[in-house]
Amino acid sequence: MQFGLSEEQNMIVDTVRSFVENEIYPYESEVEQSGQVPHELGEALKQKVIDLGFYACNFPEEVGGAGLSHLDFTLVERELGRGSMALTHFFGRPQNILMACEGDQRERYLLPAVRGEKMDALAMTEPEAGSDVRGMKCSAMRSGGDWIINGSKHFISGGEHADFFIVFVATGEDQTPKGPKKRITAFLVDRGTPGFEAREGYKSVSHRGYKNYVLDFTDCRLPDAQVLGEVDGGFAVMNEWLYATRLTVAAFSVGRARRCFDYALNYAAERKQFGQQISKFQGVSFQIADMITEIDAADWLTLSGAWRLDQGLPANREIASAKLYATEMLARVTDTTLQIHGGMGLMDDYPIERFWRDARVERIWDGTSEIQRHIISRDLFRPLGA
Amino acid sequence: MKVIVPVKRVIDYNVKVRVKADGSGVDLANVKMSMNPFDEIAVEQAIRLKEAGKADEVIAVSVGVKQAQETLRTALAMGADRAILVIASDDVHTDIEPLTVAKILKGIIDEEQPGLVLCGKQAIDNDMNATGQMLSALMGWSQATFASELDIDGDSATVTREVDGGLQTIKVNMPTVVTVDLRLNEPRYASLPNIMKAKKKPLDEKTAADYGVDASPRLEIVNTVEPAARAAGIKVGSVDELIEKLKEAGAV
Ligand SMILES: Cc1cc2nc3c(=O)[nH]c(=O)nc-3n(C[C@H](O)[C@H](O)[C@H](O)COP(=O)(O)OP(=O)(O)OC[C@H]3O[C@@H](n4cnc5c(N)ncnc54)[C@H](O)[C@@H]3O)c2cc1C
Repeated sequence: MQFGLSEEQNMIVDTVRSFVENEIYPYESEVEQSGQVPHELGEALKQKVIDLGFYACNFPEEVGGAGLSHLDFTLVERELGRGSMALTHFFGRPQNILMACEGDQRERYLLPAVRGEKMDALAMTEPEAGSDVRGMKCSAMRSGGDWIINGSKHFISGGEHADFFIVFVATGEDQTPKGPKKRITAFLVDRGTPGFEAREGYKSVSHRGYKNYVLDFTDCRLPDAQVLGEVDGGFAVMNEWLYATRLTVAAFSVGRARRCFDYALNYAAERKQFGQQISKFQGVSFQIADMITEIDAADWLTLSGAWRLDQGLPANREIASAKLYATEMLARVTDTTLQIHGGMGLMDDYPIERFWRDARVERIWDGTSEIQRHIISRDLFRPLGA
Repeated sequence: MKVIVPVKRVIDYNVKVRVKADGSGVDLANVKMSMNPFDEIAVEQAIRLKEAGKADEVIAVSVGVKQAQETLRTALAMGADRAILVIASDDVHTDIEPLTVAKILKGIIDEEQPGLVLCGKQAIDNDMNATGQMLSALMGWSQATFASELDIDGDSATVTREVDGGLQTIKVNMPTVVTVDLRLNEPRYASLPNIMKAKKKPLDEKTAADYGVDASPRLEIVNTVEPAARAAGIKVGSVDELIEKLKEAGAV
């Protein structure tokens, strides 16, 4: 067992962290105030990341990525977690699921995404189908060899900048002993396709400037060439490629918690009340002790999940634990940091209130905490027939 | 032309330094260490010279503890071609003195025959600002310190220096030792492909003894103290009051 990082890994961490500190932090307040990332800023960030060879570093070298291992990539995500998500979005990490592209889909979607020429977004969730993905209503019917899509998606991150969307749609229903079960197919949908509209969604308390979009399909006609993976094979591609995205949420949470923690530590060491530093009060210092303990625990849990993936070991439960624990940890750390700052913690002079707001969504997206607990407990009980 | 860039492993500039309880120095246990920022500027300049076709090879050198290998890897990841690590101590708290470093660098220069040595103007840990100057004296080479611009043209270099009164431009003969200031350039980030390549670049490991240099310290640190905390200021109601207060304080 070996807990240290290699020299390369240390350099990856240092480089990404300095990038975030120097290229992202200075623009955070502006994005927070305006709720927008100016187009030129996003493009400039993207170009810098391309020049640094970090763009699409989660993709294999054969397709132009950097071929990072799960562990290396998790370290990248962890450091990016420090910065505003609206801005780090341009530190492009396209969806791995694009590796399922075949034939000329590679030239049309996969390779341009890896080169940073096209940005993607992924759409599963619908107003009436969240945790219960299979309950989706958005459906595709056959018509003269093509598909006609009708329905809506919501909460679609990155919709603002996406040139194309990976959309999961119901393409039929099987009757099973447990009742009807939808068949799902993944489609590649270009922005601007007739019958398809992407519009700005709700105003969210978390991650201002990182907008969520609503997608509307009205008799949208798509040829077979737009099917990603197999027809009715949507769950197969989902399971093969989206399995690991929960780790990125865990890694984000650890990075963000470390940035937040530094504010708590320094404020506790400097702020004086009753004639002494508040760190001298055990009520404060023990909170600091608990926070760092939880952050380290979440960090190791997350990195070990990534390591398991690299080793080809089963990791479903471990990744669920990492996502669950790291996001709940982030909620506690941001809340405690705010408490340590007293009233000032609520004011936007400090980024604490933003960390606190941002943290809230982490326990919801990519599978809520309850769904992670469901995955963990099913993994334990299924073999016992319970 | 070969360029040698000495790089020092120092406490990271973002770290809040803490004085050791016995006053013997700064606590370096479990503290993030990085390349001295001025040396990063020197590495950047050397790489730019190579990119401009004015240098053929960039050699990064570090004198210190074994862990300085990480600092050299960073230089390699930025774009240096190879590295030499000279182990001169096995205790991270031992600072290798400028004269020792200069003597070891002389040994390396005698072997490598570079046309230029680019140093940081000083290390941010002890702020000595001496190694480059001592090296130039030991070599009998010209020197140009505090460079904010550097232009190499054949046998000479034109260097703009940041001096107290403003900017001074001098011309020095090559080979030369140049120490670089903050405004010379903005160092690049290590790119991911270069990070991955760094491991494969040669890194030679030597000791101070290989160059016949005794690295044991000649200076003794008597005491290290934190800078005094800044006293709180006062608010004045008018310019007259300000002048009065300044007079009282003996400031005008
Ligand atoms: C800002 C934002 C961005 C998003 N981006 C995307 C995106 O890019 N693409 C995309 O496809 N989706 C995206 N999502 C959707 C996200 O993944 C869903 O919000 C999430 O899966 C939860 O679905 P829901 O919001 O419909 O909640 P629901 O599923 O309706 O859940 C409501 C509550 O019931 C609980 N619950 C549900 N089922 C169970 C169960 N079986 N056992 C116990 N408790 C249960 C949940 O935990 C939750 O507390 C985004 C969401 C947000 C908020």
